[in-house]
Amino acid sequence: MTENGLIGRAWVFGDNIDTDVLAPGRYMKGPIEAAAPHCLESVDPDFAGRVAPGDFVIGGGNFGLGSSREQAAQVLRILGVAAVIAKSFGGIFYRNAFNLGLLAVICPETGRIDARDRLALDAEAGVLRNLDSGERHACEPVPAHLLALIADGGLIPQLERRFKSDSGKETT
Amino acid sequence: MAQTLAEKLVARAAGRATVVPGEIVTCRVDLAMVHDSSGPRRLKPMLERLGVGVWDPDRLVVITDHFAPAFDDASAAIQELTRDWVAAAGVRNFHDLQGVCHIVLPERGHLKPGLFVVGGDSHSCTGGAFGCFMFGVGATDMAGVCATGETWIRVPETIRLRWSGRLGRGVAAKDMMLALCARLGMDGGDYQVIQYDGATVTGLPMAERMTLCNMAVELGAQTGLIAPDAVTADYLREAGADFDDEAGELARWQSDPDATYRTTLDFDAGALAPQVAAPHSPANAAPVGEVGPVAVDRAYIGACTGAKLVDLRMAAEVLKGRKVASGTRLLVAPASARAAEQAAAEGTLEILTEAGADILPTGCGACAGYGGALLPEDEVCIASTARNFKGRMGAASSRVYLASPYSVAAAAVTGHIADPRDLLDGAAP
Repeated sequence: MTENGLIGRAWVFGDNIDTDVLAPGRYMKGPIEAAAPHCLESVDPDFAGRVAPGDFVIGGGNFGLGSSREQAAQVLRILGVAAVIAKSFGGIFYRNAFNLGLLAVICPETGRIDARDRLALDAEAGVLRNLDSGERHACEPVPAHLLALIADGGLIPQLERRFKSDSGKETT
Repeated sequence: MAQTLAEKLVARAAGRATVVPGEIVTCRVDLAMVHDSSGPRRLKPMLERLGVGVWDPDRLVVITDHFAPAFDDASAAIQELTRDWVAAAGVRNFHDLQGVCHIVLPERGHLKPGLFVVGGDSHSCTGGAFGCFMFGVGATDMAGVCATGETWIRVPETIRLRWSGRLGRGVAAKDMMLALCARLGMDGGDYQVIQYDGATVTGLPMAERMTLCNMAVELGAQTGLIAPDAVTADYLREAGADFDDEAGELARWQSDPDATYRTTLDFDAGALAPQVAAPHSPANAAPVGEVGPVAVDRAYIGACTGAKLVDLRMAAEVLKGRKVASGTRLLVAPASARAAEQAAAEGTLEILTEAGADILPTGCGACAGYGGALLPEDEVCIASTARNFKGRMGAASSRVYLASPYSVAAAAVTGHIADPRDLLDGAAP
C-alpha cells in the first residue's frame, strides 16, 4: 500500500471466471490453505504458485459467478491478491469478497490490461493507472459502507469492534 | 406508489412502507438456512470469535446435504461437528440426511409468502417460488446474520419474464431456463430480481416453479420470484406450513399492476424445443436437434434442480420398458428422502431401476463435485443439474452437458444426446 493506493502486477483472466475454477469443490472439505494452491489451476496452472502478494487479479464480465462458497474469495486473500478488478462481478462473490476484506473493483476497461502490467489502484478515487502503458482507467467508486468493511479487515472484525463498543456503552 | 413484489418484500423486511431500487437498506431476517458445508463448520469459529450465539435459534434451519452421506474421515468429521453444534446452539429445525436443502426447506413447511430469507448456498433463490425474498450468501455473511438477525441489501430492480402458451410434451421448466440462459447470458440478471409470470408459469406445479427460481442464479440474478397463488397455498397446506390465507396473504404478495420493471420480455412456451447446454456453461444451450447425437458415458439425474419427484417421473416416462444403452451408465440421486419414498411407493423408482439405473443416496451428490461419483478424465456426462462449469463434477477434462430429466433419460437409453420427444407417446418434435 502506498499513499495513493495499491501497486502490483496484473494476472489477466477472461469472462465468467466461476467459483468452481477459483475454489474447486473437491478441496472444500479441507482447510482453506489446502485449496489455495488449486485456485484457477484449470485455466492457469502457474497462477497459484507464482502470484505475488500485492498482485491484482483482472477479470472480464461476471467474475466469481456460481456458488456461494466464499472460499472462492478467501483463496485469493490467502495468496495475497490485493484486489480483483473486473468489468462486473457475480453478486454473491462481490459480497463475499468485501466480507473477507478483499477489495473488488468494477472497471469497464479491464480488456485493455495485459498480463504482468504494473498497475496502481486508488479504489477510493475510482482510478486505475497502468504504469507500463501510461493509460488511466475509470472505475466505479466503491460504496462507502464497503470501503469501511475493507478498512476494518472484513465483516467479522467489524462486528467484533461493534459488539465491543456496544458492551462498552452498556457498562458505562 | 406502485411496487413490484420484490420491492414489497424488501420494504416489509426493512420496516419501511416503500423502497426504491438502488438504495441500500438493512433488513430483518425472518429465516436463515445453512447446510453442512457453509453452515456450522464455518459459523462456529466466527460466532465464537464474536462471543455470541445464534440470534434466534428457531429462525435457523440446518440441513445436511453436501457431505451426505459421509464418504471419508474428513466428511464424517464435518457431519459430526454439524450435529454437535446444532445441539449446542439449540437449533430445533435440523434435517439430517433428508435431501438437498432447497427441496427439504419447503417440503418441511419452513417457507411461505412474505418472508425475507437468506440461505448459505447460491441456489437459495429456489425459495422465491413461494413468494419469499430468498437469496444466497456466503458463510461470513451468514455469520453476520446469525450474530445480528439482519443483513444489508441494495434494493434490486425487477426484470419481468412473461411466458405464454403451454409446454409441449417432453419439454419442462428446465428447458425454459436453459433457453433463458442462452438468450440472456449468465449475467443477464445483473444481480437484480427476475420475476417469472404469465399463463405458462401459473399453470406449472410448485416443483417446476422451483426449477425456474432455482436457476435464476444461473442468469446472474440475486433471486427469482413467482407470485403466490392457489397452487402455492395447496403446497403449503400439504407441507404443514404455518400459513393462513384468511389474512389475505396471497393477495398482498403480488406486484402492483402499474409497478415499474427494468424490462419485460415475452416468451412462447409452445414453441420451445428441449434444450441442451454444451460444456462448460449453461449459456451454451441450444435446441437438442442443433447439438447433435454426442455419445455420453454417463447420464446423471440429480440435484435440487433436477431430481425432485416430478423430475424422477419425467425420467420414468422415457425409461419405462426401456434399458440403459450398453456403454452408458445412468445414476440417479433423488433430491430428497421424501421424493425417494414417494417415487418408491408409486412405482417410479422401480421403472428407473428396471431400466438399469443405479440409485445413489439423496443429497447434493455428484452435482457439486464434493463427494463420490466424480467424473474421471475425459468422461462425457449429461446431467439434470444446474451447472456444467469446467471441472465442477470431477476432472478438468470431463465434459458435462445440461438438460431436462426427459433429455437425460433419452440420452441414457440411446447412448447419445437425443430428442426425448422421439421416445414419448403423443409428442411431436
